[in-house]
Amino acid sequence: MSDNKYLLEVRDLKQHFNIPSGLFGSKKLKAVDGVSFAIKEGETLGLVGESGCGKTTVGRTILHLYEPTSGEIYYDGQHIKTKKDVTEMRKKVQMVFQDPYSSLDPRMTVADIVGEPLDIHKLCKTKAERDARIAELLKTVGLNSEHASRYAHEFSGGQRQRIGIARALAVNPKCIICDEPVSALDVSIQAQIINMFEDLQEKLGLTYLFIAHDLLVVKHISDRIAVMYLGHIVEMGPANEIYNHPTHPYSISLLSAVPIPDPDYAKNHKRIVLEGDVPSPLNMPSGCPFRTRCPRATEKCAEEMPPLTEVAPEHFAACWNL
Amino acid sequence: MKNPDTNSLPKKNPLSFQLDVSKWEKASSAEKEQQIIERESVTFFKDGMRRLWKNKVAVVCAFVLLFIIVAVIVVPMIYPYNYADQLGIAEVGQLPDATYNNLGPMEYSNTEQAKIDAGEDVFPHLLGTDELGRDYFIRVVYGTRISLSVGLFASIIVLIIGTLYGSISGYFGGKVDLIMMRIVDIIYSLPDMLMVILFSVVFKQTLAPAIEGTILEKLGTGMISIFLVFALLYWVSMARLIRGQILTIKQQEYILTAKALGASPARIIRKHLLPNCISVIVISTALQIPNAIFTESFLSFLGLGVSIPMPSLGSLASDALNYIYSDVYRLLVPALTICVIVLSLNLLGDGLRDAFDPKQKK
Repeated sequence: MSDNKYLLEVRDLKQHFNIPSGLFGSKKLKAVDGVSFAIKEGETLGLVGESGCGKTTVGRTILHLYEPTSGEIYYDGQHIKTKKDVTEMRKKVQMVFQDPYSSLDPRMTVADIVGEPLDIHKLCKTKAERDARIAELLKTVGLNSEHASRYAHEFSGGQRQRIGIARALAVNPKCIICDEPVSALDVSIQAQIINMFEDLQEKLGLTYLFIAHDLLVVKHISDRIAVMYLGHIVEMGPANEIYNHPTHPYSISLLSAVPIPDPDYAKNHKRIVLEGDVPSPLNMPSGCPFRTRCPRATEKCAEEMPPLTEVAPEHFAACWNL
Repeated sequence: MKNPDTNSLPKKNPLSFQLDVSKWEKASSAEKEQQIIERESVTFFKDGMRRLWKNKVAVVCAFVLLFIIVAVIVVPMIYPYNYADQLGIAEVGQLPDATYNNLGPMEYSNTEQAKIDAGEDVFPHLLGTDELGRDYFIRVVYGTRISLSVGLFASIIVLIIGTLYGSISGYFGGKVDLIMMRIVDIIYSLPDMLMVILFSVVFKQTLAPAIEGTILEKLGTGMISIFLVFALLYWVSMARLIRGQILTIKQQEYILTAKALGASPARIIRKHLLPNCISVIVISTALQIPNAIFTESFLSFLGLGVSIPMPSLGSLASDALNYIYSDVYRLLVPALTICVIVLSLNLLGDGLRDAFDPKQKK
């Protein structure tokens, strides 16, 4: 594993959806509007932001589940353009979904769910080989091989998420996009699943793009964190740096909302409550998307989108008034 | 009894209510193995059949249908009379025996009575004869055979076309869906009974030379034109139903998951979408069979269905209308047969849906 090699790179990714409005017209919903980041091999990048900011869309667009409007995606240095590239990439980049209840086909047994990627990419030649691989995968995620003949609805949420992870691991991927994999689970189960993600990373050398809205979870698992707001990355840097020294006003207010398990500290700590609501992505403010709620907003913010500038080593923020 | 390991355990306080650990024995690995309750690995089909077997009503209906199917296959082989034979017409040169016509159940004609008197064995007419002196029982059996096969094949045709069309339209959505569904709307808006009659007339004339000498000739143009009418017109409601189901199921996250795994559209439709709307498919197919039986009898009533002398339950019932005051049983027998078949199919369809839909399981 070389330290400088980027496994997954996204450059100026845009994903606009056409929303029909009126009789013939349509409006552009800018779900993701120019996002760039890169993940090194074996690293975990946490992607945080509030609901509707485009985190999930970023994850899905990388796998070409939505055709990107513009922008480039590189996997292992290779530009993903054609359908063939996408199929090849899907053998290496897998996804774990948010809702373990709807992401498993109710009509299939666990063996068929976990074995599906093996069938699609024709990775197992004989049935015995397939069965053995499925049993191995179930063991890897802490399930029993006797679970293989059951249906998904016979399992609890945590177990279902494990099945989802086993399915993602079936093709021996190098990178897993985790789309809020723990937000639908109980807190106690969340810890188990997150520890499992860490163990798997250590054992299999996986690279994660970890999407979540829970800052503590993201801080725990990530090496670097990117903060998203309305389809833009507003701040990106090493996890501890972002957590301890946030510079962008949005990150500061986001972090001030994290509950602190220390009453003395919490008493003196002032929570920054943002004014107003998130603007609709159908009708984005000009310039910086955050300026309508930003305490530091000036006239310049309305005119031009601030670029990501380096405020500390490896630490970037997009704001005119740092 | 005593396990050496227990020696290392702390001594029990004599006043404590705690169980004395030293009296316990550790489970051997063989005993532990016994505790693992492993359910037999079963396929989806086997699992469904097992649940279907527990549903008494459905099982009874399945047996009733099975009995009817076996009966319509076996009875014509062993029954001494044929559905087309006019028993009164004797050999050339002899006068027909008019007493064969319109016999009541278990009655004999004059010729037969004479034979019995002479000591010969004559098989009784279980349900009498019709106005042309044909044995009515065998005609009902034969009519059931025709009606069942028309129902079965017509609904299979509808099932195949409707499912294919509906799932493609629903899965691809957008412009494909728009165009495909407008075609369905056009067919739907045609007055279907008129179209059925027109098609039957046209097919009856154009098909006759085309199928001459082939195995299809035996089926008769009437039957084939019924199948063609079904294939051309009746799949639309099935296609709409399937499309609606596919549209809802398509939104589920597991379809997105399958796409992320790299599954092709054909695989997604086959492995994920169709199995998840199996209950709708089963129910509407089970309902399509009686629908087809009704349409067939309607066409037979108009003389466009099966060709004479071939009977169907519908044509038998409509012929019996003339004798409703004298011989009610002639109407009741085919009508009851239709009832039993339709009821059994509906209840069996319900049972199948319950059995093959693990989510709806009680």
